[in-house]
Amino acid sequence: MSHHLVDLRNVSHVYPDGSVALREVSIRMTHGECVAIIGANGAGKSTLLLHLNGCLTATAGEVRVGDFPLTRNTLSQIRRTVGMVFQNPDDQLFMPSVFDDVAFGPLNQGLSQAEAEQRSRAALERVGAWLLRDKPPYLLSGGEKKRVAMATVLAMAPDILVMDEPTSGLDPVSRRQVMALVKEFQHTRIVASHDMDLVLELCQRTIVLHEGRVSADGPTREIFRDDALLARCRLEKPLSMQGCPLCGIVRLAPESGAA
Amino acid sequence: MTSIEAVAANLRRLDQFARADTVIHRLDPRAKVVATLAFVVAVASFDKYTVAALMPFAVFPIVLAALGRLPVGYLARNVALAIPFALVIGLFNPFFEREVVLRLGPLPISAGWISCASIVARALLTLAAALVLVAVTGFPAVCEALERLGMPRVFAVQLQFVYRYLFVLVDDGARSTRALALRACGNPLRPRLIASLLGSLLLRTWQRAERIHMAMLARAYDGTFHKRTAHRFAAREVCFVLAWIGIFALLRYYDVAQLLGALLTRALP
Repeated sequence: MSHHLVDLRNVSHVYPDGSVALREVSIRMTHGECVAIIGANGAGKSTLLLHLNGCLTATAGEVRVGDFPLTRNTLSQIRRTVGMVFQNPDDQLFMPSVFDDVAFGPLNQGLSQAEAEQRSRAALERVGAWLLRDKPPYLLSGGEKKRVAMATVLAMAPDILVMDEPTSGLDPVSRRQVMALVKEFQHTRIVASHDMDLVLELCQRTIVLHEGRVSADGPTREIFRDDALLARCRLEKPLSMQGCPLCGIVRLAPESGAA
Repeated sequence: MTSIEAVAANLRRLDQFARADTVIHRLDPRAKVVATLAFVVAVASFDKYTVAALMPFAVFPIVLAALGRLPVGYLARNVALAIPFALVIGLFNPFFEREVVLRLGPLPISAGWISCASIVARALLTLAAALVLVAVTGFPAVCEALERLGMPRVFAVQLQFVYRYLFVLVDDGARSTRALALRACGNPLRPRLIASLLGSLLLRTWQRAERIHMAMLARAYDGTFHKRTAHRFAAREVCFVLAWIGIFALLRYYDVAQLLGALLTRALP
């Protein structure tokens, strides 16, 4: 199952206006891992994610997905492997109806119409959005849009799921729904988020980006215990690890029995 | 005054109608598009002083709207919006063509007035037909039908994207104007402000276009647009198109309004 592997070797990226977004980033993610990428605004999270399926190409260094280096020739193969859920679902849902939108990817992959429809149905049922199939995207709520955006990617049966801010702007219940979905997936998952509680709950491993560099890479719980690191990188502990404002009890590490 | 939001709400309503399920809605979009094009050609083919013979053509939008269960008030309001535009085009005719061709009692009617009335009638008829077409078919389906009838794919995709992101753009624009109005403290908006508002809207649109393109590439888009096709041009559609073309031909070559009038005057001496 080596194509579930993502390997970044000394990746740097400089935007055309000269701003340096990534500096010598080296990360290796293996099969079935759920990895969080956290960091302040402008730390390079989104830039990093856009490298994973070739939306951006590294100025220096190498991106490998599975056994292939990311080049012009392997691009379409890699885009099949890496499914990307963008931050703003309005950018991702561009077809006139939900069903058409979910079927867009499978049809582009060359599946027959019947097969594409069957896959789209499965993906929509998976995220609990099958009843929304005939709606145009602008009539969906934020949570519905997010789940449909996930279905559009799931329908393409990727091995690696990349999600940019999957829970931003969602109400508590929609957030829980999305988190439950992410938890269920068997894929290699890479999640960029400012939702520290989500990170603590879903991801065993966390990578901290600061000014385009990897500041830390390790087990999520260890990273959230390092106050100096968090303060330096403009981050803070998940709320569930902070003190309770009513009873004053500080829970240092939730469910720490296993850890 | 109609605000941007009101226009968007109006469009959304049109889109809602298209999702009903009636005999007309179920027809292949191509059949409806072809019938409507035939209608427009027939209406446009009359000479410029025809008014009475145009009237029976109203049967097409009326029958479609009735079968598609469209609300009359909504259609009437939106068709009425076109009257000023048609009038602007026809308004000068009465000044150029002054010879009197008809007298209604003491009132002389010049040829110019008749051609002006003809322009307005045609505008209302064709607009009503187009509006009904979109309301019983849905804009995306009309685009798809036009494409399958031979319109270049680039245009179809363009139209479809315009329609999809019109709502997003309108919302974005409405938010910006609201934010601007809230800080303008009642002062009128200066042209400079409006220009910078439009400029930032354009830049945001540009960035969005880039993100959408990325999202499309991420989903294996390779330049060709694969779409599900659900419709079939069956016997029902053939009957629909042929029947309407037959009716249009009849109405074009026989002045039904005049025939009815003659029949009535003979029956009632």
